[in-house]
Amino acid sequence: MSADKIVVTDVHKSFESQKGTLPVIGGVSFSVADGEFVAIVGPSGCGKSTLMNIVAGFERADRGSVRVDGAEHAGPSPKGIVISQHGSVFPWLTVQQNLMFGLTGEGHGDKAALADHYAEMVGLKGFESSYPHELSGGMLKRAELARALVVKPDILYMDEPFSALDALMNLRMRTELLRILGEERHTVLLITHDVEEAMYMADRIMVLSPRPTMIQATFQVDLPHPRKLSSPQAQTLREDILRELGL
Amino acid sequence: MISLIHWLKKIVPPLAVMAVVVALWWWVVVKTESAIFPTPWQVVVGAWELAEDGTLWEHIGASLFRVGTGFGLAVLVAVPLGLWMGWVSGAYRTLNPIFQMLRPISPIAWIPLAILWFGVGDVSPIFLIFIASVFPLIVQTTSGVHTIERRYLRAAANFGVSRTELFRRVVVPAVLPEIIIGMRIGIGVAWLVVVAAEMIALRSGLGYMIMDSRNAGNRYDLVVAGMIIIGAIGLLLDGITRLLERLRTVRWRYVR
Repeated sequence: MSADKIVVTDVHKSFESQKGTLPVIGGVSFSVADGEFVAIVGPSGCGKSTLMNIVAGFERADRGSVRVDGAEHAGPSPKGIVISQHGSVFPWLTVQQNLMFGLTGEGHGDKAALADHYAEMVGLKGFESSYPHELSGGMLKRAELARALVVKPDILYMDEPFSALDALMNLRMRTELLRILGEERHTVLLITHDVEEAMYMADRIMVLSPRPTMIQATFQVDLPHPRKLSSPQAQTLREDILRELGL
Repeated sequence: MISLIHWLKKIVPPLAVMAVVVALWWWVVVKTESAIFPTPWQVVVGAWELAEDGTLWEHIGASLFRVGTGFGLAVLVAVPLGLWMGWVSGAYRTLNPIFQMLRPISPIAWIPLAILWFGVGDVSPIFLIFIASVFPLIVQTTSGVHTIERRYLRAAANFGVSRTELFRRVVVPAVLPEIIIGMRIGIGVAWLVVVAAEMIALRSGLGYMIMDSRNAGNRYDLVVAGMIIIGAIGLLLDGITRLLERLRTVRWRYVR
């Protein structure tokens, strides 16, 4: 096993509200190896997104630490790009301009060519000069993915990335993501409430408890790709995970 | 062929309504044998007369010049100020209350002060137009900055852009559609105000033309002609600002 990319140690987080202190994360520790695909599943409202925000550097933990490549996490950086449910492709830029957004400074060579390379990789060839409002939901997701890949991040933080898509597109994007990760390996931390989505893609699945959330169980997914979720092994795993979720 | 039918469907009903209004107007004037209120035809003849001797164009030119200058100054002041107030919360807290207080004061209420400060030349109406259009523009721009969706700011922060870069590459383009909406509101108010201001203080412009036509011999045909021309130009000004909404970088805000 290669070195740990992300090490989360005993993270706690509470929010202050008018009714008093609301503990959201009650001590979460885990690590993600370089190149590993880890999925975190949990019931809605359990603090999954808060955990993701802390790991990605957008929020600070009350207690505990997040280390990336051994260094204390100081805030968001292009080393780890977040892809979230509603997306954040800039609507005032074309696809190509969006893909070039993160290429600031020198040392990227021909930025437009690099952008076009990734547009092609995610299947957006021919749409480089389109504006986001001219694209479908699935294509927007591809654009967002490509915009992240262009800056060559070590880590992709995916927070319910495909849950705003229709069911069919959701399935298609899973396969697409795996194909892209086959071309360019990235460490992935996926947060989802969709057990099958996690099982289809992840190397390891962690199940979160209700608030204040903790890691309740961890499952290694040793199924070869492309995975058949209807296989007996997969079915057993699925039932085990659902049982942990209380279903 | 289909587009022609579509176009006809769009254009025929409003034209029909206008025709009915004109016909009704004509019928009432003829029926009541009004000595002073003009028929539509008399209005056309009166307007033609003014157009031929050139005074109509002078009045239109004077009004447009005032609106252009006052509104242009308002844009130059309001857009940077609104962006600043939206972006820097201290600036917002400090300046917003006074703008909110000045905003509901009708620009017409400023006329006496304008005359006192600037006399009865071109500066007074330009000042009034400035006052009328600067506040909606500031408010629209500021609220535009405040309503930028956080996900865009977060994404930019994720890509490691600096705060100044963030302002230039995210805030300004995100607010641009709101600025254009503010400009549409502003130019509408400016056009309302120029006519009112010219009625009171000035020797030229469409507002003056209306008052002068009434005072100099009850030329109500010219009064009505003036009103119709004001309406048409107002529509035109709105149409021109609407063209800005077609810019490709702002289209996203108006679709959906």
